[in-house]
Amino acid sequence: MMLTNQIRCWQPFIGPFDPCKPMLVKTFVTPPNLFIPFQPPRLPQFPPYEALQKGTLWPLFFSPYDCRQQ
Amino acid sequence: MWIYEKKLQYPVRVSKCDPRMAKFLIEQYGGSDGELAAALRYLNQRYTIPDKVIGLLTDIGTEEFAHLEMIATMVYKLTKDATVQQMEAAGLGAHFANHNRALFYENAAGVPWTAAYIAAKGDPIADLYEDIAAEEKARATYQWLIEMTDDVDLQDGLKFLRQREIIHAQRFKEAVEILKAEKDVKKVF
Repeated sequence: MMLTNQIRCWQPFIGPFDPCKPMLVKTFVTPPNLFIPFQPPRLPQFPPYEALQKGTLWPLFFSPYDCRQQ
Repeated sequence: MWIYEKKLQYPVRVSKCDPRMAKFLIEQYGGSDGELAAALRYLNQRYTIPDKVIGLLTDIGTEEFAHLEMIATMVYKLTKDATVQQMEAAGLGAHFANHNRALFYENAAGVPWTAAYIAAKGDPIADLYEDIAAEEKARATYQWLIEMTDDVDLQDGLKFLRQREIIHAQRFKEAVEILKAEKDVKKVF
């Protein structure tokens, strides 16, 4: 799962008299669960320790999130 | 009936002395989309949901208590050694006046937890959709919390919790699919 696949962007309206420096692009996350109605059988798995660290057994459902990515 | 294992679901490490972060983390302790609300919501809905998904609500509701312990550990580590001055500087002066360093089920703004945060509509689809929404809201809260700290160890625990919200939302969606599929069940002889 590529990190960039899970990010969506949009450009909010920028007014001529906005008080603060405008943020030109805003983003939000669309995690993999949004796209999978039912988990298919026999998916590949992370090794146990990596799965614990990531919080899921399944690479298909892994959603990385890093500080200041917005 | 529960069996208690005297360890956390995932190790919690906090590396930066930052009591300010405790005030924000408490949102996931006693806030509307926090772990307490989640655990009580699911464990209560179990009684009136179709049999096929009771086990799922039990499992996830139980795991939410494991998450509650992790958040409690984070908050405790961040506040247990804070001086009164540090508590006040972190915006926890009012908390200290009322609770000293004790944890309390309240949100980041100090509003006490209330049962009004959790719904039980008695309609399986309505209840499961509420659960999906709750998981997505908790996921978002973890994102904002990750952005509020530069402590990579604290972030690590928060990232784990965020990932679990995604898996829980997935399982609730699958529960809806199971209930939708009931009409197509054919008896095979």
